[in-house]
Amino acid sequence: MKRAVVTGIGVVAPNGLTTDDFWAATLEGRSGIRAVDFGDTRYSARFGGQIVDFDDRRHIPSRLLPQTDRMTRLALYAAESAFRDAELDPEAVAGYDSGVTLSNAAGGFALSHRELKKLWSEGPKAVSAYLSFAWFYACNSGQLSIRHGLRGPSAALVAEQAGGLDAIGYSRRSVRRGTTMMLTGGVESALDPWGWVSHISSGRVARPDAPERAYLPFSSEAAGYVPGEGGAVMVLEDKDEADAREAPRRYGEIAGYAATFDPAPGTGRPAGLRRAAELALADAGLTPDQIDVVFADGAGSLDLDRAEAAAITGVFGPRAVPVSVPKSLVGRLYAGGAPLDVATALLSIRDNVIPSAPAAVDLPQDYDIDLVVGTPRRVPVDRALVLARGRGGFNSAVVVTAAA
Amino acid sequence: MSASSSELTIDSLRAILVEVAGQDESFDATTDIAAMTFDELGYDSLALMELSATIEKRFGVAIDEEELTNLSTPEALVLFVNGMLAEAS
Repeated sequence: MKRAVVTGIGVVAPNGLTTDDFWAATLEGRSGIRAVDFGDTRYSARFGGQIVDFDDRRHIPSRLLPQTDRMTRLALYAAESAFRDAELDPEAVAGYDSGVTLSNAAGGFALSHRELKKLWSEGPKAVSAYLSFAWFYACNSGQLSIRHGLRGPSAALVAEQAGGLDAIGYSRRSVRRGTTMMLTGGVESALDPWGWVSHISSGRVARPDAPERAYLPFSSEAAGYVPGEGGAVMVLEDKDEADAREAPRRYGEIAGYAATFDPAPGTGRPAGLRRAAELALADAGLTPDQIDVVFADGAGSLDLDRAEAAAITGVFGPRAVPVSVPKSLVGRLYAGGAPLDVATALLSIRDNVIPSAPAAVDLPQDYDIDLVVGTPRRVPVDRALVLARGRGGFNSAVVVTAAA
Repeated sequence: MSASSSELTIDSLRAILVEVAGQDESFDATTDIAAMTFDELGYDSLALMELSATIEKRFGVAIDEEELTNLSTPEALVLFVNGMLAEAS
């Protein structure tokens, strides 16, 4: 069976506009969570993982600006970074042997909001024709496919925060079926006012006084999460092809993937995260003791954190594996979150270091997890498990291993 | 918003195109675009819909979708719009 390796990573995150900047910030504990300025102070939640200093006009061709929401612009930028990192010329791989499968959870909110405003204030004829597709979840995949001529199997997967892992699993399947190169991952941005109130409506967004207290997964003071924007796009290649072209970077292999769905509330059946983890491990042909780190979903709410801690200890045993939640520095990036965690896992493997959560996290002892807190932990890392849950019952898990 | 009665020119058309649909490498400020097709200029059907909506808003001239498919170059479109303006005045 063909194997899929990541040969290029393009990160765009609230604490780093490049993969290197993001990784340095992550290891130094530099947060990208900040007060979001809407020009209106009435919102009940104020802090978001916001990307600042992204110069659209510099990074996005003029032809694409009118027809792209911010989420798509960030995705185009991240994909370009990934191609550069892979030292792969997009024109050389264009055709039916290359595809793109990304995840997206919300669609293009800022552009849609702007056009709706025109609809109500100026009438239907003022609405941009580009709204017809620029709002749509599949737009990131679509615009990348068009821009780079990626005519092979392509898709857009939607599963809130879990979808990013599903996109990666789906892309691995495409590689196994014969597509030599897949762009994969996810990028999200819905921090305009309409997107913001949509996030708040989940009832799970934190409302603290200060950004550093806003999002504390696995803390006794966990009181919600912070929405963020960004994500990661990665180049996934057939391992034989990557070896043949002597790809300069082979970060690791997507060794295992699984997805489960929670039972209906009130049935008494357990949530599906633990089963997703176990299935992903089995898919990778690994036992729990072979995993060096777990990158947790980190919902940031007491009940969900407790459930995740129980799932982790259920699979691994109490305090048996280091647990890392680097998203505490950037927020929950929806479809971009889990791909960013996969990228982080690959960087952890490359550099043998596990990022830490801020020291402010007061871990309840009865969670029984070995949460890496305060300073990064320098240990050999060869195999990582990444977990993600999506609101509504989605659970996904991916196992990444060092490239052989 | 009342329609302007002044004529559409190739230059003002170029400015509107760049404003509503951006610009790719197929032309720059010095290119004589008059006889190039919109396709050659990198503008697809949606870009032309945007163009048409803006012309209607600023010049008061409506171009129906079928007519639009026949106007394949800037000079054809400029001639058409100015013709409609002349008829109206």
